[in-house]
Amino acid sequence: MKPRDVWITGVGLLSSLGEGNAIHERQMGAGGAPIRLDETSYAPYPVHPLGDVDFSLQIPKKSDQRQMELWQRIGVYASGLALADSGLAHDPDLLGKTNLVVAAGSGERDTAVDAKILESVGSAGETELLAKEVLPTALRPTLFLAQLSNLLAGNISIVHNVTASSRTFMGEEMAGFSAIENAYRRIAAGQGDVFLVGGALNAAREDLLLGYELGKNLWPHPYLPVWSRKVDGGGFIPGSAGAFLVLESREHAEARSRKPYARIRDVLTDCCQRRPGDATRTFETLFSKLNVSEGPLAVMSGASGVEPVTSEELGFLQGLEDKGHQVAIRAHGTRLGHSVEAHFPAGVGLAALALASGQFFAPSDENWVESPLEGELSRVLVTGAGHWRGEGLALLERVE
Amino acid sequence: MSSPFKDARGRPLAAVTGLGVVTSLGRGKDENWRKLTSGCSGIRPITRFPTDGLRTTIAGTVDCIELSVQTSATRTMEMAGVAAAEALDEAGLPEADFPGPLFLATPPAEIEWPQRRRIYEAALGSADKGYRRLVAAARAGDFQDIADESQFASAAIYLANRFGTKGLPVSVSTACASGATAIQLGVEAIRRGETTAALCIGTDSSVQLEALVRFSLLSALSTRNDAPQAASRPFSRGRDGFVMAEGAGALVLEDLEAAVGRGAPILAIVRGCGEMADDYHRTRSKPDGSAIIGAIRRAIEDACIAPDDIDYVNAHGTSTPENDKMEYLSLSAVLGDHLQKTPVTSNKSMIGHTLSAAGAIEAVFSVLTIQHGVIPPTINCDDPDPEIPMDVVPGTARAARVRNVLSNSFGFGGQNACLVIGAYDGVK
Repeated sequence: MKPRDVWITGVGLLSSLGEGNAIHERQMGAGGAPIRLDETSYAPYPVHPLGDVDFSLQIPKKSDQRQMELWQRIGVYASGLALADSGLAHDPDLLGKTNLVVAAGSGERDTAVDAKILESVGSAGETELLAKEVLPTALRPTLFLAQLSNLLAGNISIVHNVTASSRTFMGEEMAGFSAIENAYRRIAAGQGDVFLVGGALNAAREDLLLGYELGKNLWPHPYLPVWSRKVDGGGFIPGSAGAFLVLESREHAEARSRKPYARIRDVLTDCCQRRPGDATRTFETLFSKLNVSEGPLAVMSGASGVEPVTSEELGFLQGLEDKGHQVAIRAHGTRLGHSVEAHFPAGVGLAALALASGQFFAPSDENWVESPLEGELSRVLVTGAGHWRGEGLALLERVE
Repeated sequence: MSSPFKDARGRPLAAVTGLGVVTSLGRGKDENWRKLTSGCSGIRPITRFPTDGLRTTIAGTVDCIELSVQTSATRTMEMAGVAAAEALDEAGLPEADFPGPLFLATPPAEIEWPQRRRIYEAALGSADKGYRRLVAAARAGDFQDIADESQFASAAIYLANRFGTKGLPVSVSTACASGATAIQLGVEAIRRGETTAALCIGTDSSVQLEALVRFSLLSALSTRNDAPQAASRPFSRGRDGFVMAEGAGALVLEDLEAAVGRGAPILAIVRGCGEMADDYHRTRSKPDGSAIIGAIRRAIEDACIAPDDIDYVNAHGTSTPENDKMEYLSLSAVLGDHLQKTPVTSNKSMIGHTLSAAGAIEAVFSVLTIQHGVIPPTINCDDPDPEIPMDVVPGTARAARVRNVLSNSFGFGGQNACLVIGAYDGVK
């Protein structure tokens, strides 16, 4: 059976650039330095936090908001934007048919409680004390629910009534690859018609920094663009973001008269061992399966800045020049920060906005990696490289 | 003409060709099945950490796995490895070159207190406090061992390397329905023709101090500490919560045609999968049960059979007051009068609630039920709840010819996933 066309009919973005598609297009189009960066709160680690967000616009009930930590509010908000953008919001029949696919880590710990325990309870007899006195009084039941990976999806179902199915993928950046790939393949094969897919990250949290710094993955210096961090060993700057998409079969979208932002031609993923050269070869192999014709090729790169994988990805991308592609690379991490689980969905969303407008984003680096696109914008290659493991490519095309 | 390798809708059939399992009852199918059909309980007092003062002090811990570092993460990985190795052996596949993807149901990763303490104390003399000190210690020290096991992808990466699965290893969480979802992902990939084989595993080893306290604070756990083996009592009047437990279940799924072609043992067919999300509440299901009902109906429809064709239900049956009541209401809504003639049992009465692993472990037991023609009992149902008038096969296993099993899994966050697993009659 011929695979069905998969269209992107809704985009919902919330990040340090602001909220909504128009602001993201404008900010990405302008290029240059990031517009919101916090270099002091978590020094020496810069972080891209969110600006002020009125969460009640998408999460009207205060009781719902209280049940969520910030990462969930970000995700529920962005998913509401995507549903509204695609005309699914508040339509019970369509929402009952909408499948939910979420890429998630887990939610905020109560770092004040953790700190108090570490300072007041010595290691001798720690577990006895924790069990008997400390944890039963210090932990909040609602916080546990805010920490569970699948409770972002649970809250999206509750707030937006998306109920056909619900699956949460985990695995850092790979969660985002799995989510987009799963939704794409199910639509292409007729296992579902309409999907809400995406992820969310709250970067402004110390427990998240600890998790990534155990493997020394963060960038502990003043801000630099993604492609410029190699000299100091590389690293990622976390960026808060919620990125959700509505993916839909062409037939389903046309039946309800929705115009697409773009068509997803394919999503391919893999997971190499990351010996020297592995990541470059993996990207090359995946790319060869996409059958991309020669000519100008816009690239929305999900490079994180972590080395050596960022250089390996760049080696693959620059190698495309030898194969007849004039690549124009943009790393959205340079402006948004790295949003881990949400980063690949964010790249796909931004690529879709660019394709719909016909304008690719402005270069924003200092090393001449990013150059203007020659020719017309008709397709975008979206890349994703896990800071530890996982490689993903999506090819998006303009729908005339 | 219809193909014997396809279902009534023309989709490739997903055969089960290998099974593996680890629970508090023991290691491997034989020991588990022997104890399960004898009505043994694996629930016992927790000895892994001090429990004085806790409301719940019992669990279905897995203590038969030897590890140099005992954390939830290492146990989760190792149990999954043991179960998967058993399944591959039965399927007659090489242990390190699996010809398809990995779909893994695994709990969210986290750093436990002993590890957090170790990082904190590595920065002795630091003027910093709290997380500032932890993060600085992480940058200065070497904690690669903690990093490698506390990523959300850690378990999947470990298993993908060990068994040589192909492509991106997929980690999934649908809370206590995760194990069923992992199987569903495998079935769907086979139906799409993407692969001829999938390794589907559910694993969970969450019996650590903080996790126990958290479930306790949600008032979800049984507090029958004085009689551990009687604590998990699904469908009984005196049920007071679930019992946390550990374990792993692994299934090798294969495209039936490919499996027959290579002479693999065909143990059963996963005929149908159904799911529906509940938008009512974070931990409770809709009072009318409509999301659970929807998931059950969809699984039966997806299997291309009728409700009357279900002849055994492997229930979610957690032993919480809420779940068991809602599960009965939902089953009666879908099966109608047929429910009265249908045995419904809960493996959790013996192994406890294995959380992310439950759907996979109970799918393994569902296949064994079909293979052996024996339905394991629901134990501890000596005081049946009069509002749940079902044949729960109380106390003693029963011989029965089972053709189609409905296996239910429900989870926090409105997750409902159901499987229909059917007997295989050979190629006609």
